[in-house]
Amino acid sequence: MAIVEAQKIRKVYGSLEVLHDVDLSVREGEILGLIGPSGSGKSTLLRILDLIEPPSGGELSIFGIDTVGERGRWLDLRRRMGMLFQRPIVFNASVYDNIAMGLRYRGTSRAEIDRRVKEALEAVGLSRYIRSRATDLSGGEQQRVALSRVLVTDPEILFLDEPTANLDPGSTATIEAIVTRLNRERGITVLISTHDLAQGQRLAHRVAVMIEGTVAQAGSPREIFHEPKDQKIARFVGVQNIIHGRVVSREGGLTTVEMKERRIVSKTPPPAEEVAVVIRGEDISLHRREPGYEEAENLFPARITSVEPMAPFVNVTVDCGCALVALVTARRAEALGLRAGMDVWVSLPARVVHLVPR
Amino acid sequence: MVNGSPIIEGFIEAIYLIITLNPQVVEITIRSLYISLTATLFASLIALPLGALIYFYDFRGKHAVVSTLQTLYALPTVIVGLIMFLLLSNIGPFGFLHLLYTPGGMIVTQTVLIIPLLMGLTVSALSGIDRDKRYTITALGASRFQTVTTIIAESRFAVMSGVLLGFGRAISEVGTVMIVGGNIRGATRVLTTAIALNTSMANYSVSIALGIILLGVALGVNIVLSLVQRR
Repeated sequence: MAIVEAQKIRKVYGSLEVLHDVDLSVREGEILGLIGPSGSGKSTLLRILDLIEPPSGGELSIFGIDTVGERGRWLDLRRRMGMLFQRPIVFNASVYDNIAMGLRYRGTSRAEIDRRVKEALEAVGLSRYIRSRATDLSGGEQQRVALSRVLVTDPEILFLDEPTANLDPGSTATIEAIVTRLNRERGITVLISTHDLAQGQRLAHRVAVMIEGTVAQAGSPREIFHEPKDQKIARFVGVQNIIHGRVVSREGGLTTVEMKERRIVSKTPPPAEEVAVVIRGEDISLHRREPGYEEAENLFPARITSVEPMAPFVNVTVDCGCALVALVTARRAEALGLRAGMDVWVSLPARVVHLVPR
Repeated sequence: MVNGSPIIEGFIEAIYLIITLNPQVVEITIRSLYISLTATLFASLIALPLGALIYFYDFRGKHAVVSTLQTLYALPTVIVGLIMFLLLSNIGPFGFLHLLYTPGGMIVTQTVLIIPLLMGLTVSALSGIDRDKRYTITALGASRFQTVTTIIAESRFAVMSGVLLGFGRAISEVGTVMIVGGNIRGATRVLTTAIALNTSMANYSVSIALGIILLGVALGVNIVLSLVQRR
């Protein structure tokens, strides 16, 4: 069941349109990663879904309740959700009072607040700071206070707006661990926005890509990273090879595309005549001599034009009638002795060659 | 007295006046504090809620109101004094209150003088709460009223600084208290008007003594201010 259902959401600030035609459905109990470049509208969308600000247009239902018609219920709905922001926000008060805020707003009894706050501080390892002024803590500690402040209110949906963008790797790992555990153990639905693709892949069950104010594609991480719907998405999810080509034939479930002087086959049905071929660098295999056992549909000789280390990988550019970039582990590159000017064989299964309209 | 410059003599005598708690000096100091503290209290009661109202409600011309307030920070005190004199005098609309040349009239005038300052500083103190903090308050499930109280509580130190600045302006100004109060000995004479008068009468020691006290008050306000701002 969809716990959040947004349709045609639009948001304008003055004459600036920040969001348009946003369709997004979040399933109960899932972690949905919202990825996209800075300025693509991720934060604004999260604020709208958390009912912090109203959309300028569109339909939004949360917990199955139509929020457009029921403005009077926003406070109650909002109190069933929680949001953590990118910048650690703490108030000029003790750590204890900071974490108690949400509970006090809800009129929770003193004894209950006391119990829950202490429990929460225990969970994030900040018990010794309970009486400290929150503004005196470090950034990572402040963000943990902010997370505890949200979690003590027992949200059913948790919104995380780039929660670890400003944090060190240690604090990032702590926060990621807490979020995944809560999702697994308590079944909290999580929406996390990030521009860190690895984090999106690591945490999310499903990923939605925002480009220029709208959700351009939503699906499993595999779909998003291997079968992006268009060139902009492909570029954002870090596809190394986006090459223009022309479809020449389609037979036996294989599409043949011509890019400059190289023809390769793809499993993707042709979306148009003029296409862009999308191939992730890690899907391209390089061999020193012609492999006899290779089952990949595309197999051809090439010459290495450059080798560029990008620890722990190496970007190898080869010329095979068109330029292709292969991502090889540093260890394998060393074993193969890859260097510029060397002749190699390239193998490429048709299923990893993805075609999008130009 | 030792023969030397009248300034040094005046200074020494001034210290003597303060240490021995000269009745005239004490009386003037107490009156000054009483008038300006009362004015600050009244101005706060009016300006803080009004400032909060301006901050929390969106209305047409809000920007213009805030700009006007900021312009009024630098309003010459003699102008305020003149206007209030006209309003409170027998020919003015509030003449029937008989407040002219009374401490009450001076309190009213200083209240009017610092209201724009307190309102403006309250608005900017509340504006000091950034957008993300407001989002956080909303996201934590605060009702409208809880949002207002949280924002006010969060900006309490900045608001308090504004109040202290208002008091500083009130106690150190001459223009309104001279015109509306009339500098009547034993009735409306305050630190600033007494200094002006005694200086023109070459009564330097009293002037210096009162000056030291006025500086002391200003220093005290500043110390409290920096303590508040360090929080």
